[in-house]
Amino acid sequence: MFNWFYIEGILILVGVNLMVVLGLSLLTGFTGLFSFGHAGFMAIGAYVSAVCTLYYHIPFVPAMVLGAAASMVMALIIGYFTLGLKGDYFCIATLGFGESVRLIFDNLDFFGGARGISSIPMITTFELTLVICILAVAALTLLMHSRHGRNMIAIREEELASQAIGIHVFRYKMISFAISAAYAAVGGALYAHYLGYLQPLMFQLTKSTEMTIMVIFGGLGSIGGSVIGAVLLTFLPELLRSFANWRLVFYGAAVVLIMISRPQGLMGGMELTDLWRKFRAGGRKRRGTDVLPDEKKEGGDAA
Amino acid sequence: MMDLRKVVLRLDNVTKTFGGLTAVSHVSFEVKEGEIFGIIGPNGAGKTTLFNLITAVYKPTEGKIIFMKTVLARAAKRDNLFLQPYQVAQAGVARTFQNIRLFKKLTVYDNVLTACHRSADYGLAASFLPRHIPFTKMVLPWGRKLVRQETQLAAKTEELLKMMGLWEYRDMTAANLPYGLQRKLEIARALALEPKLLLLDEPAAGMNPEETHALLGLIREIRDRFHLTVVIIEHHMDLVMNLCDRIYVLNFGQFLAEGVPYEIQNNKDVVEAYLGKEDDAVC
Ligand SMILES: Nc1ncnc2c1ncn2[C@@H]1O[C@H](COP(=O)(O)OP(=O)(O)OP(=O)(O)O)[C@@H](O)[C@H]1O
Ligand SMILES: [Mg+2]
Repeated sequence: MFNWFYIEGILILVGVNLMVVLGLSLLTGFTGLFSFGHAGFMAIGAYVSAVCTLYYHIPFVPAMVLGAAASMVMALIIGYFTLGLKGDYFCIATLGFGESVRLIFDNLDFFGGARGISSIPMITTFELTLVICILAVAALTLLMHSRHGRNMIAIREEELASQAIGIHVFRYKMISFAISAAYAAVGGALYAHYLGYLQPLMFQLTKSTEMTIMVIFGGLGSIGGSVIGAVLLTFLPELLRSFANWRLVFYGAAVVLIMISRPQGLMGGMELTDLWRKFRAGGRKRRGTDVLPDEKKEGGDAA
Repeated sequence: MMDLRKVVLRLDNVTKTFGGLTAVSHVSFEVKEGEIFGIIGPNGAGKTTLFNLITAVYKPTEGKIIFMKTVLARAAKRDNLFLQPYQVAQAGVARTFQNIRLFKKLTVYDNVLTACHRSADYGLAASFLPRHIPFTKMVLPWGRKLVRQETQLAAKTEELLKMMGLWEYRDMTAANLPYGLQRKLEIARALALEPKLLLLDEPAAGMNPEETHALLGLIREIRDRFHLTVVIIEHHMDLVMNLCDRIYVLNFGQFLAEGVPYEIQNNKDVVEAYLGKEDDAVC
């Protein structure tokens, strides 16, 4: 059962999900905006790249870039009209967006309508997926350690104070949303060229929520957490496959259990490097960094 | 005697109404360069609303707010102009908040480092460049700029934290700081903007007398060091009377008095307003 072909397939799916989850992590975990339409961006990346390789014989990587670009343009348009609104409206708008993208692909004959596209060249390999994922993680990590990434985190933490220190909040929300959409589109492109066929049904709302669950499960505001979330929650249903229909129940139970015991997610707000530092600090204190340097006794702060 | 110093902030007949409630009514004053200008008044007098108007969190219903030569807000019949809050900040107005608004989950260090962002200007694409391999530094001009600017930001953050006495707390999560230090961190974060005008909303609230006294020295020090103009809202009369060059008194959103501390202390209306407030407090 566990032959390499099977494992490779799952690993590629991990990579696909990881790309979308990283994008969502930037938007939700670091910028504080929830999206329930990322399946839509995935679909745009998948369909655009598939059409490029299949009909126009464009090599895979440029095709993927075109898919990502199309997805970014869509994000900028949606974002322009909704990111000025309060967070809830944005969330609802993305939900509507995701469903409309699916319905549009469903009704456009150029994209194969409800039957979808088949005989897409199956170019996605494990190696390619791995390289792209490593680059994606590195790029996101670097971004979050730049002034632009810090501005996004500031917006998540306290929007008014961000404005007060001169951060153009709307602009940074747009940037975050666009990059996030591009990540999802790359995931979609990998997916299309792994499966070899596409159908609008693959990009339903459940897909978007599944991705959001992975981000929250791994912990908001943690790239390491997103990776762990994507890996575990892609593998888990496969491991539970022998339980047939019960597997989704186990899956749900596992997620609920984690969220009850660790509401901030597995890695909420921490990176693997923080864990390492804590481990070396000796683990006596729950958070070594949160003890006042001059605090001699415990519980000194009343009132 | 004429005061020839430049006017840094001018409010001209500023009014703000929330529905039927007039929070600020026809307020006008000028703050001169280098001054420490106090705004006092009983609870609900409209002091914080004034700050929110200056920093464009609210738009005035009427009147004009001018900072240096920049019009921050102008509400006239058919001639409205309102800057966005971030534009006001970029013009050089920094503030602290009465109900502290730090980036709670970030460390003390990151709070200030984030606020330094205006001192760097590398673009979005440059931030994706790796920094720790020498290659970037040497070959790509972008990369060199990124590394240089990030180093400068780190140095600036360190300087600010040391000056505010927060350096030893740099790795603490902001939310876990004691109250007094959180207020100081808010000031440090505001200073990271390199503002010309600093608005402090009750910076001594929740501080003990020693801390309050130290704050007085600190505010003077940062004013001199950064050539700032300071507007401060405060309830600690000690602090206000010792610190401020001039004081503006608001009562129910309206002008009550303006003058040097000595004049304010001996103003009959002011004393009455405050005594009146104390009577209410007893009930
Ligand atoms: N966003 C708002 N919507 C409606 N009313 C408001 C709003 N902000 C302030 N007010 C009202 O405006 C009045 C002035 O409030 P403000 O916060 O400016 O008072 P303050 O002088 O800062 O008081 P304190 O000393 O308690 O801080 C109050 O009556 C308040 O309820
Ligand atoms: Mg107030």
